[in-house]
Amino acid sequence: MGSNGRRVGVLALQGDFEAHARALAARGVSAVEVRDPDDLDGVRGLVLPGGESTTMLTLMEGSGLRERVSELVRGGLPVLATCAGLILLAREVRHPAQASLGLLDAVVDRNAYGRQIDSAVVALEVCEPGELGADRLEGVFIRAPRVREVGGDVRVLARYGDDPVLVRQGSLLAATFHPELSPGSPVIDLFARTVGRRE
Amino acid sequence: MNFSSPEFRVKVGLAEMLKGGVIMDVTDASQAKIAEDAGAAAVMALERVPADIRSEGGVARMAAIEKIDQIMQTVSIPVMAKCRIGHIAEARVLETLGVDFVDESEVLTPADEENHVWKHDFKVPFVCGCRNLGEALRRIAEGAAMIRTKGEAGSGNIVEAVRHLRAVRRELRRLGTLEGEELIPAAKELQAPFELVRYVASEGKLPVPNFAAGGVATPADAALCMMLGAESVFVGSGIFKSEDPARRAKAVVKAVTHWREPQVVLEASRGLEGAMRGLDIAKLTPEEMLSRRGW
Repeated sequence: MGSNGRRVGVLALQGDFEAHARALAARGVSAVEVRDPDDLDGVRGLVLPGGESTTMLTLMEGSGLRERVSELVRGGLPVLATCAGLILLAREVRHPAQASLGLLDAVVDRNAYGRQIDSAVVALEVCEPGELGADRLEGVFIRAPRVREVGGDVRVLARYGDDPVLVRQGSLLAATFHPELSPGSPVIDLFARTVGRRE
Repeated sequence: MNFSSPEFRVKVGLAEMLKGGVIMDVTDASQAKIAEDAGAAAVMALERVPADIRSEGGVARMAAIEKIDQIMQTVSIPVMAKCRIGHIAEARVLETLGVDFVDESEVLTPADEENHVWKHDFKVPFVCGCRNLGEALRRIAEGAAMIRTKGEAGSGNIVEAVRHLRAVRRELRRLGTLEGEELIPAAKELQAPFELVRYVASEGKLPVPNFAAGGVATPADAALCMMLGAESVFVGSGIFKSEDPARRAKAVVKAVTHWREPQVVLEASRGLEGAMRGLDIAKLTPEEMLSRRGW
């Protein structure tokens, strides 16, 4: 176990990483900001936040961060990815096409619901209330991506219309919306339960 | 002031997504592409960069629609555009066009010398400039979802940005030391709504993200803004008035992400060509100071 003890890493290259750290702190989970590969030593979970996926990809290049994140995720580290974070994980990103880590078996279109004036707070349909621990869920969509296809190992926990908006694949939990911006979101509760409380 | 309405939450939400990033002024699609490739979190479309507005004079207005359109079609990151202070119609045009953020900006020639736009009436979020806490709170009261300190646009000189960032920080600190009844005279002094004054006194921060702007020319300038509490940085003339826009843009992005690590800011600063020349603020007349526009 590294110097970070039992903390959860939050990728902090750009985006709403502080909102994620606050949401975790409210559930007794302490976070460490991740900008360099060393920051990941000993973390027991990882958050890939919202923000601009193109910016995050550019900033991950050349530092070894991208490789280290991929290695940890393949090793089963619990991950919560929201919006841009989901785009980073996807197998294929379109509209426009861009590189990604290819760790989540999903095809994603960026900005597929329109521009900022189309952003909204909506009620989502919970498909797996037992697993989520809630039957109601709010979705804060901000220039959100749209999941177009998911593989057989991906389970859909919530939908908006026909679109999967909250999915789970092994240790990965990924949302096209921003549970970190909804006070008391069951999605953050679920992730906090997965990584366990701080002793 | 209803900060928990769904409309306001999605506006502030987009501002949250831009934190830790760099927003770059661009005048056409090719500059926007350079900015996006360098890692900009958003671009700001305008007809001329502030340094040119300053040297060429004339009335500075909202950018040409075709230019903004081309920029929106070229990049996938958010596109912002500037409207004149108080120009409700320019703001509506930009909202209808679909830009992601409107900057009601002192860099353009004000349309109204007394009133700013009532931003609550819009679906598009607004960012506004400030020189101090009172000005920031007045803009938030009008509905701004993001605040940026004004600095002195187009000057290539960071001194005004530092002055404004420090002023906001100092005033926030001071409010935190006051007792309940002292907040009433504090609100009077700040010329800001009492409820907002009370909010920031108890929270120690603004209810919306606070970015820095005006005079950023180097990676170290950008890191300095972050050290003084800015949550992100706008770079105007500093990129495209330098001799090496693409490299400098990338270096500024790196410095903002890694501002706590001097070694990274050093590496980002290494080997850059000439920065923009810049102006001595002390030699500007009050009329030449763009930051004095709006109140």
